[in-house]
Amino acid sequence: MNGFVENLPLLSVITFTPLLGVLLLLTIRADDPEIVARNSRWVTLWVTVGTFLASLLIWTNFDSSTADFQFVEQAAWFPEFGISYHMGVDGISMLFVILSTFLMPLCVLASWDAIKTRVREYMIAFLILETMMVGMFCALDMVLFYVFFEGVLIPMFLIIGVWGGARRVYAAFKFFLYTLTGSVLLLIAILAMYFVAETTNIPTLMTTDFPFQMQFWLWLGLFASFAVKVPMWPVHTWLPDAHVEAPTAGSVILAGVLLKMGAYGFLRFSMPMLPLASEYFTPLVYGLSIVAVIYTSLVALAQEDMKKLIAYSSVAHMGFVTVGIFAATQQAVQGAIYQMLSHGVVSGALFLCVGVVYDRLHTREIGRYGGLVNNMPKYAFVFMLMMMASVGLPGTSGFVGEFLILTGVFQVNTWVSLLTATGVILGATYMLYLYRRVIYGELVKEDLKDMLDLSRREIAIFAPLCVVVMWMGVYPMSFLVVMEASVTKLITDYHAALDANALASGLVDGVRLALGR
Amino acid sequence: MEAAAIFLPLVGALIAGFFGRQIGDRASQVVTCLGVGLAAVLSIPLFFDVAVNGNERVVTIMSWINSGTFETSWALRFDTLSAVMVMTVTCVSSLIHVYSVGYMSHDDSKPRFMAYLSLFTFAMLMLVTADNLVQLFFGWEGVGVVSYLLIGFWFKKPTANAAAIKAFVVNRVGDFGFLLGIFGIYLLFDAVTFDTVFNAVPAHVDDTVTFFGIEGHALTLIALLLFVGAMGKSAQLLLHTWLPDAMEGPTPVSALIHAATMVTAGVFLVARMSPLFEYAPAALEVVTIVGASTAFFAATIGCVQNDIKRVIAYSTCSQLGYMFFACGIGAYPAAIFHLMTHAWFKALLFLGSGSVIHAMSDEQDMRKMGGIWKHVKVTYAMMWIGTLALVAVPPFAGYYSKDMILEAAYGAHTSVGQYAFIMGIGAALLTAFYSGRLLFMTFHGEPRADKETMDHVHESPLVMTLPLAGLALGAIFSGMIGYDLFIGDGRFDFWRDALAVVGEDPIEAAHHVPAWVVWSPMVVTVLGLGLSFHMYMRRPEIPGQLAAKFPVVYQFLLNKWYFDELYDFLFVRPAFKLGNFFWKRGDQGTIDRFGPDGISSSIISGARRLGAVQTGYLYHYAFAMIIGIALFVSWIVVGG
Repeated sequence: MNGFVENLPLLSVITFTPLLGVLLLLTIRADDPEIVARNSRWVTLWVTVGTFLASLLIWTNFDSSTADFQFVEQAAWFPEFGISYHMGVDGISMLFVILSTFLMPLCVLASWDAIKTRVREYMIAFLILETMMVGMFCALDMVLFYVFFEGVLIPMFLIIGVWGGARRVYAAFKFFLYTLTGSVLLLIAILAMYFVAETTNIPTLMTTDFPFQMQFWLWLGLFASFAVKVPMWPVHTWLPDAHVEAPTAGSVILAGVLLKMGAYGFLRFSMPMLPLASEYFTPLVYGLSIVAVIYTSLVALAQEDMKKLIAYSSVAHMGFVTVGIFAATQQAVQGAIYQMLSHGVVSGALFLCVGVVYDRLHTREIGRYGGLVNNMPKYAFVFMLMMMASVGLPGTSGFVGEFLILTGVFQVNTWVSLLTATGVILGATYMLYLYRRVIYGELVKEDLKDMLDLSRREIAIFAPLCVVVMWMGVYPMSFLVVMEASVTKLITDYHAALDANALASGLVDGVRLALGR
Repeated sequence: MEAAAIFLPLVGALIAGFFGRQIGDRASQVVTCLGVGLAAVLSIPLFFDVAVNGNERVVTIMSWINSGTFETSWALRFDTLSAVMVMTVTCVSSLIHVYSVGYMSHDDSKPRFMAYLSLFTFAMLMLVTADNLVQLFFGWEGVGVVSYLLIGFWFKKPTANAAAIKAFVVNRVGDFGFLLGIFGIYLLFDAVTFDTVFNAVPAHVDDTVTFFGIEGHALTLIALLLFVGAMGKSAQLLLHTWLPDAMEGPTPVSALIHAATMVTAGVFLVARMSPLFEYAPAALEVVTIVGASTAFFAATIGCVQNDIKRVIAYSTCSQLGYMFFACGIGAYPAAIFHLMTHAWFKALLFLGSGSVIHAMSDEQDMRKMGGIWKHVKVTYAMMWIGTLALVAVPPFAGYYSKDMILEAAYGAHTSVGQYAFIMGIGAALLTAFYSGRLLFMTFHGEPRADKETMDHVHESPLVMTLPLAGLALGAIFSGMIGYDLFIGDGRFDFWRDALAVVGEDPIEAAHHVPAWVVWSPMVVTVLGLGLSFHMYMRRPEIPGQLAAKFPVVYQFLLNKWYFDELYDFLFVRPAFKLGNFFWKRGDQGTIDRFGPDGISSSIISGARRLGAVQTGYLYHYAFAMIIGIALFVSWIVVGG
């Protein structure tokens, strides 16, 4: 088994299996659209389940004692420019690959009955999306990364624009406008780095010293792109609209994986390649993140639309993540990664929870619901668990990330930790308030009385999510161990670079002093 | 055995919670009662082994969160303090479980209720046996969330839902302080495990740190942050508003959560962290002042409330104040002793009132009771026992613990100690008064209920009265039995290192106070009971006249010092308003308007304007060309 895995280009297999699934879907020939739809669903389900199982091989064969990239594949692509097809994972990216492949089958199941038109095309879009996401987390070449990073936008744009709700076109364009603006600047930054380092190889770039003046502009270029993806305040307004209009599964991927791309970018590029600029801009990131936490939590409190509320809560939760990353301590960064994984599962599950009632009543307006616990106790349980994970109850996944982030941040800046921690109170407020309005109370509205509890298909979706949320809360070491070495290296290198710079400028000052100037 | 005592309630909760529908109501009740009951049985030998024989130990189960130097594990720490807590919690909880079988017999979600009760007990046990602050926080939040579920148990009632959210959110405000305290401890000690932290405390006594721009004594700042958490959980002044509302839950819940266990968690936290608090004298003064003020403040409100459970709720609030100021003056053993005796008699009072409510067809307003003592003699007797224990009449349990607290406060010979003593005596007077008032209004005088209700008044079944009797035994004897071990001569061998005292031992000082100090609690108790007897038995018209004569004072007390209104005005409404403002004016009115929408609309309008230039008339183009040529030529002439 091990020998087999070692010889296999595992990352490429996982990345491109979904594309093989696309080819399979294209071969389906039938006159009856019903049959096409049914076959498309089953094929996609099996392909995504297979991809997930294959991705588990990375985990079982992963060596968590080293911070090096593993499962590395490299092949010449544009040799004359030093661009190659270069894949590999470390402790930071590996779990995101698993997260992406894990959510995918659940998305297919969630779309089973909800998507009735152009099912095959829908499934194709999702499979392409999976390839792009997995590829992005595995890419070790900046150009390759850029291709995947931007490639993600296209299927998502189509998913929102074709299968979305009433204002889908507006939402899709807003999404595209925001992300594309950032992308242009990212591309310019990549080109600039290439001209200095003469390579786009990520591990090489990590060890390249860029002068501070250059880091300054490169950092802003990367930031423009990543901040939109996170999203950070004030470039977050595309998210609520995109979520509201996207079909349920689209929201799951959007919240579960796409929001992590920005923060992943900070970890993979900004911090290791541009440490001086990262330190310089840390106050900016702190400021924007704190505003995000408080501002969007309050906005979430005022929402009447379930999806919008959860979308705003995502912005607040990602505020924790960005604070954690730039605090640059072991706990804060591990916490940030953990928070991303947890948020991927929990917000995905919360959007699925909205999807469950949306499928039945076709509205997301909170006021239309109430008293669902009376006829949907299983649903109420799942919703409760996910809500508690979202507010960071110890014993669920949400606690570990939040707690580690705040612990780590407190070590470097008590004010930031204090202000970010207000999110703990506000988060509880809007989530409990949502839950009370939807689930509790007397069941009086006529159209709610016929709503059935979770079906078997829906239980199959939620059961793995519940297990993961508890597992991540009770025994987080399974995940923390994986990322530990890589995060330690990231932090050590980061501080070493800052120290070296401080020493150098200290030397310059010393020489100036000696020369009597 | 250690693990079984803690995890059996969880097992019961999981079985009843997930399979309640399949196995039925009766089996769910049996399973949960068995789980907690067995835990209680196990806790007694454990108590003797750990506390009396001195076999302290830590049972590590597995690691939890490790990151860099930050390390926590799931572990069960058994020392005298946790052994006392485990025994009290499991014993009281198992009696409450049995009582619930009877009390909830007309409810249609019995398995859910029993599962919640057991889950709550488990969380409380994890809290008290934690060997590090993070696991303590797990239990802390665990009891918080289950109390949220239990207070909102009757989820069809809007008031119950509102109370549940209020309890959770107000507690979260306290947790916010607690969390920051944990971060501070990690910053200072590089560890969150109790033993490591306590061993390192002496080395950090004079450290100063800067938290939030305040440079100060490190241990004091940390202690104050932790105390904010304790205030939230134990419903102390400013963060007390959730407790009375929490009476929306079923009565056994009130007994379990709001008397015996959860609300005492704050006191437990301060006692547990005593090795740290002892080196933070300024923080201890704050603890004393807050505790003493709460003891008095809550008692004043208790005197005018009409809901039987709310009276007891405010009484709890007030008694917790006593425990806190006992901690504040360093008399931790007395605080824990009072915590233990209070658990028995306050649970008894709550369950007794539950029995009354049960008898009165779910009526909770004392103004609609009266004259029922002949019909519910057992309950009546039980309520008297609980009351005598609460007002500290010898030889009932409260006498031993409460008097010790008051004497220790006087014996401390500090100004805050004197303040606590005066407030404590004042609160004792009021306690006797409202307790007498409760008894007389509920059981004596003319029946004020309608005839139908009165005809239905009946004694509760054995399944409810037996647990009452069990609690009554505790309310009578726990003080006598525990006196020597907890605060008598045996206290040094009993507590060993579980509670720290630096400097003079306040318990020792309490044994040497003047006679009038010893006698004064007794005097005010008699006074208070006598006054209530006079006002509610002999001259029942007095209270109404008083209320009419001092309407401002009466309304002020009746409305609980207007804290709810104040918070609503200060926090709740502004939060919603700000949220709406940020959403409409911030997101839509500013970011979108000048961002994506603005850009796209300006592009569109720009394109329109450009389009408007292309009119199609030849002379327009010709005119433009001439102007262009003219400009071009003048530019060459002037510029060139």
